[in-house]
Amino acid sequence: MIEIKCTVNGKPTQVRIEEGETLLDMIRERLGLTGTKRGCEVGECGACTVLLDGVPTDSCLMLAALADGKDILTIEGISSGRELSVMQQAFVDEGAIQCGYCTPGMILTAHALLKKNKNPTAEDIKRELAGNMCRCAAYNQIINAVQKAAREENKD
Amino acid sequence: MYFVKKLYLPETLPEALKILKEHPETTILAGGTDVLVKMRHKRMRDVTLLSLAKLPLSGVEDKGDEIVIGPGTTFTALAENPIMQTRLPMLCTAARSMGGPQIQNVATIGGNVCNGATSADSAPSLFALDAVLTLTSAGGDRRVPIREFYTGPGRVKLESGEMLTAIHIPAGEQARWGGVYIKFSTRKAMDIAILGSAAVCELGEDGRVIKAAIAMGVAAPTPVRCTDAEALLTGKTPTAELLQEAGRLALTACSPRSSWRATKEYREALIQELSVRAFQEAYRLAGGKAL
Ligand SMILES: Cc1cc2nc3c(=O)[nH]c(=O)nc-3n(C[C@H](O)[C@H](O)[C@H](O)COP(=O)(O)OP(=O)(O)OC[C@H]3O[C@@H](n4cnc5c(N)ncnc54)[C@H](O)[C@@H]3O)c2cc1C
Ligand code: FES
Ligand code: FES
Repeated sequence: MIEIKCTVNGKPTQVRIEEGETLLDMIRERLGLTGTKRGCEVGECGACTVLLDGVPTDSCLMLAALADGKDILTIEGISSGRELSVMQQAFVDEGAIQCGYCTPGMILTAHALLKKNKNPTAEDIKRELAGNMCRCAAYNQIINAVQKAAREENKD
Repeated sequence: MYFVKKLYLPETLPEALKILKEHPETTILAGGTDVLVKMRHKRMRDVTLLSLAKLPLSGVEDKGDEIVIGPGTTFTALAENPIMQTRLPMLCTAARSMGGPQIQNVATIGGNVCNGATSADSAPSLFALDAVLTLTSAGGDRRVPIREFYTGPGRVKLESGEMLTAIHIPAGEQARWGGVYIKFSTRKAMDIAILGSAAVCELGEDGRVIKAAIAMGVAAPTPVRCTDAEALLTGKTPTAELLQEAGRLALTACSPRSSWRATKEYREALIQELSVRAFQEAYRLAGGKAL
């Protein structure tokens, strides 16, 4: 066992982990943050996406030991308290959530996209979300939701 | 959870090379997008890993007559690098064509090369650009042209204790120069190439081809250069007929296989067509007329 220090959803966190443990294992099993989903576990589906220093990363393909010193944002940290974030609300409003399994990863990737591109076109969104699979194929609604969130955020 | 026996996280290159020398069974871990997937499929157990995460191996340097890429550079960093965008945009195209954003954010060009896959999206461009690799061990450095580095499917010329520490790309003034990578795949993202084709063209002042390089991925067990096609084009002013002939000659260097992605025959057709398209576009970028 080794100990790592990182920031998880804004909170300085110390965790004891196994060397072979993935960041996904650590987030779900040790920190109990089960919003991050376990899907294919080989980098294909994006359900396990978290933001590592702001960058969308498949947590199933990352050793937890390498998250030492990093800033980790999971879906639990995307909103403050009980209110939904703009992106979460847009997903609800546009019907972009079907079974919801892909949603945490989708929202985090989309959140990171809006940080670097305030007015993404549908093409930009498709490219940026290409690593997030939606088994329910709610893709059109997801694209609409991201564009709606962009409009909302640009208002204020 | 992966079956990791030990994880080394060295902070300096000498330290890393010492570990590799003393523990020759160690697997180097860069972005892990090949290594960890193999371990997940249980093809590797009780592995000793040496992570490159803390080593200063990423970044791009323009040294005038060559561009040096750190093997730890991720595909996202490569695609966003201003030197790459102006001097070697074909490698930015390759970077953006591989996997998806999450994969590009961690996968490195060094891992792509050392994995030894014929489908590696960086390989055709690196072959066409005559890249040279610096391989470093505790005993020192040696340089190997990438064209000699791949020895078979998944096999490369890395000796035990060795690490890839730099990728050198000869890149002079680049007047009348063009380079192109075309990835042919069913999907635009998250898909391995059915065929990858790269071409580089340099023109003399009289408009004749002074350098032609055409390289293919997934056209043979390793990436290949289509030297017969290149020889035909060199010294000539391309015409549509000449290009068609070059496309046919591109096949002489290739030995494609059938796989579930595509048949041998389909790949042969792609080799002809995409070698022509890639070279045509490289020729146009070099200042030649559209054909
Ligand atoms: C979902 C998914 C999609 C993918 N899509 C594509 C694709 O479209 N195109 C494509 O080309 N690849 C694709 N890949 C494969 C993989 O992402 C690439 O080959 C990637 O570039 C590997 O880099 P890495 O840093 O992750 O390497 P790692 O997995 O860390 O290492 C790969 C190999 O190289 C060795 N190695 C790494 N760095 C060094 C070094 N500096 N010196 C010596 N040896 C070293 C390792 O020991 C290992 O054998 C995909 C992978 C996944 C999981
Ligand atoms: S669970 Fe990580 S990408 Fe599918
Ligand atoms: S909503 Fe079901 S997988 Fe996307």
